[in-house]
Amino acid sequence: MIYIAPWKIVVAVVVVLASIVFSMPNVFSRATLDTWPSWVPSKQANLGLDLQGGAHLLLEVDVAAVTRERLEALLDEVRNVMRETRIGYTNLGVDGDSVRFRLREAADVAKTREALRPLSRPLTNAVLGTSARDVNVELTDDGQARLTLSPEAIEARRSAAVDQSLEIVRRRVDETGTKEPTIQRQGTNRILVQLPGEQDPEHIKRLLGQTAKLTFRLVDTSAVPGAPVAPGSELLPTDARAAGGTGAGPQQIAVRRQIMVSGENLVDAQPGFDQQSGQPVVNFRFDSAGGRRFGQVTTENVGKPFAIVLDGKVISAPVIRQAIIGGSGQISGGFSVQEANDLSVLLRAGALPAPLNILEERTIGPDLGADSIRAGMLSLTIAAVLVVIFMIASYGLFGVFANLALVFNVLLILAATSAMGATLTLPGIAGIVLTMGMAVDANVLIFERMREEVRAGKSPLAAIDAGYSRALSAILDANLTTLIATILLYQFGSGPVRGFAVTLTIGLIASMYTAVTLSRIIILFWFRQTRPSTLPI
Amino acid sequence: MRFLKLVPSNTKIDFAGHRILAFAVTGFLFLVTTFSLFYQGLNLGLDFTGGVVVEVASSTPPDLADMREKLNNLGLGEVKLQDFGESGREVQIRVQPRANGSDQQTVAAIREALGTGFEYRRVDVVGPTVSGELFRNGLIATLLALAGIGGYVAFRFEWQFGVSALISTFHDVYITLGLFSVLQLDFNMTAVAALLTLAGYSINDTVVVFDRMRENARKYKRMSLIDLINVSVNETLPRTVMTGMTVIIAVFPLLLVGGSTLLNFSASMLFGVIIGTFSSIYVASSLLIYMKPVLRSRADDQGDTKPAAPTPAKPS
Repeated sequence: MIYIAPWKIVVAVVVVLASIVFSMPNVFSRATLDTWPSWVPSKQANLGLDLQGGAHLLLEVDVAAVTRERLEALLDEVRNVMRETRIGYTNLGVDGDSVRFRLREAADVAKTREALRPLSRPLTNAVLGTSARDVNVELTDDGQARLTLSPEAIEARRSAAVDQSLEIVRRRVDETGTKEPTIQRQGTNRILVQLPGEQDPEHIKRLLGQTAKLTFRLVDTSAVPGAPVAPGSELLPTDARAAGGTGAGPQQIAVRRQIMVSGENLVDAQPGFDQQSGQPVVNFRFDSAGGRRFGQVTTENVGKPFAIVLDGKVISAPVIRQAIIGGSGQISGGFSVQEANDLSVLLRAGALPAPLNILEERTIGPDLGADSIRAGMLSLTIAAVLVVIFMIASYGLFGVFANLALVFNVLLILAATSAMGATLTLPGIAGIVLTMGMAVDANVLIFERMREEVRAGKSPLAAIDAGYSRALSAILDANLTTLIATILLYQFGSGPVRGFAVTLTIGLIASMYTAVTLSRIIILFWFRQTRPSTLPI
Repeated sequence: MRFLKLVPSNTKIDFAGHRILAFAVTGFLFLVTTFSLFYQGLNLGLDFTGGVVVEVASSTPPDLADMREKLNNLGLGEVKLQDFGESGREVQIRVQPRANGSDQQTVAAIREALGTGFEYRRVDVVGPTVSGELFRNGLIATLLALAGIGGYVAFRFEWQFGVSALISTFHDVYITLGLFSVLQLDFNMTAVAALLTLAGYSINDTVVVFDRMRENARKYKRMSLIDLINVSVNETLPRTVMTGMTVIIAVFPLLLVGGSTLLNFSASMLFGVIIGTFSSIYVASSLLIYMKPVLRSRADDQGDTKPAAPTPAKPS
């Protein structure tokens, strides 16, 4: 008796329906799909950037810079402490991953240890516990001092820097109005930015290439040109257009290290035009704390110049004509309209904690993407037609059954890719094409086996049974070994190649169902209807 | 109804007997590959070398000499220009990674030097960190795949099967690598994908033969190893050729109309499938002769369950 367990038929019907329902949305346009009721699956396969065109940027947060910056700050702290406590020292400097100096008098060791103690603060990190401190102080009896950042402190800063960078990158990209960008963390300190449809990512790269650390500081008017500056000041290069936009100003300006107000205190920044000169400017507003401090400093320093420093460059050094109390102001630095726009975007989004390096950039023009879709679909269609003809020529009616299973296999790949939100790439389409070639293998194995059984004199039904049951172990072994390769490819591959691994993996798994179970049910149904005395194979 | 049969049923070809000839062919390809890898190596693609590749299309037929001159004046180091694609309007520009100056500046410089009139179809910039990682990952994936496949087969069959499956899979991958080297095809991440898929396909083919050997070993308990191999390879031959043919049929359109991105992928798949079919017919099982596996089912040899074994192939 030809018996097919009812639950197997139910499963088959569910699989067939699901493959149709979930792959359907790909046939319709997005606009049509939006008119569908929400309970109908409407997810389309995500097209990879190689198919829809766009830019892919892999950025790395320069975490070494974070550590370097922290060491510089530590150096300043040490200098201040030593000066306040009036302990003599020499050779203070950053050496590799530590701050070192030597005491003039070895007798000061105990006093120094006491003075430096406040620098070593416990890390306020609940996860790491309270035992870790951010700075380890080593002081030898002969007066050699070495302050190192603890690994926990470095790790905490690294992690915070990457988190913050991710947020800032997201804000900056959003500000540019790019449609549906993908911004995600990759590995420990990388950020992947994908911008569909972006043809020339130069603008976004320029926006992401600046840390945009803005500080307002007083100019050190006591500095003499050519002479070394006082310890509390530093010489900073001026932007060529700074100081009134003439470009003729001094190349370097001595600026106090102490920061009046920083970009963190900004609540808003908008591009605008100066009312008198008509020059593009950036109008900004401080938060209340920033506004208060700015008001106070400007009140005390009327008539003196202050510097607006962006990423270590003085972009403007106007003279304070009167106290600026309202908490808002204007930066004019001889900007173009575009530059004023960009600067306000950067200021609104906030500063990056560390510079970003571009590790990888891949941009695909929209025409190439469209060409690739066309090429992929054309190969898929031709391959499908050829395989279908070949199977029918080789196995006749049974070839038709195998082709039916193949159709559902391809639908299942499309359905799974769409439902999982996986990305379909050009190599991914190649994966579907290859699956078509490889998926019929299971049916070839089964049909060849049936032929052998028929030749050995088995009855049609026994031959069908033997064909399926005896070929099963070969099919399983063959598919599992191929799966080893595709899963590794997914794990270690990158970009479009992963799309290939995805479709091929789904295809192989789906083929084990469609080519074995589904085709069997179809053939048994046919057998029950026709009761042939010989198998047409 | 008469069906298309690529291989007649009931072939009795003495594959194992021809193994010396097969090994000679294999040895020759192996030598060619090794020499080529040694003398000219692989033409590593952007993924693995890092640097810049820009593909532009111009509205008029591009003047390569003029473009070359413009780009060489930029002082970017070695700049390679190449006709590209079918339209005859596309040019691929490749710049090696620079010791000083960033690759980002390279792209900007190229855009500026070429001016308008070009459509930028593709801009790929891969830094040294990423190219190193991609290379390492590709290598790890390939080695793990080979090890995993060998391990799986050893676990499912006997260790001798694992070893010969591993050798024949390595053989296919290695000789296809030779194709990349001899023809100096661009060897990138997609090429690694082709090699791994090929490893999967080749083992698939081999396993089917091994599976049949296991079955026949149970059936004909007194058959000699050589006869067992011949019977099993012959019995599975129609399937081996059919499946190879379907994959070739499917890959062919990719080769012809799949575009430049998939060209090397499909070419190497096509080549590899042919090599893989050859190796699973000749190499994988014939290797077993030298390792004398004891099939588990034969250890308790009680005599044949079936009185008559099929006539073993006659050496010809």
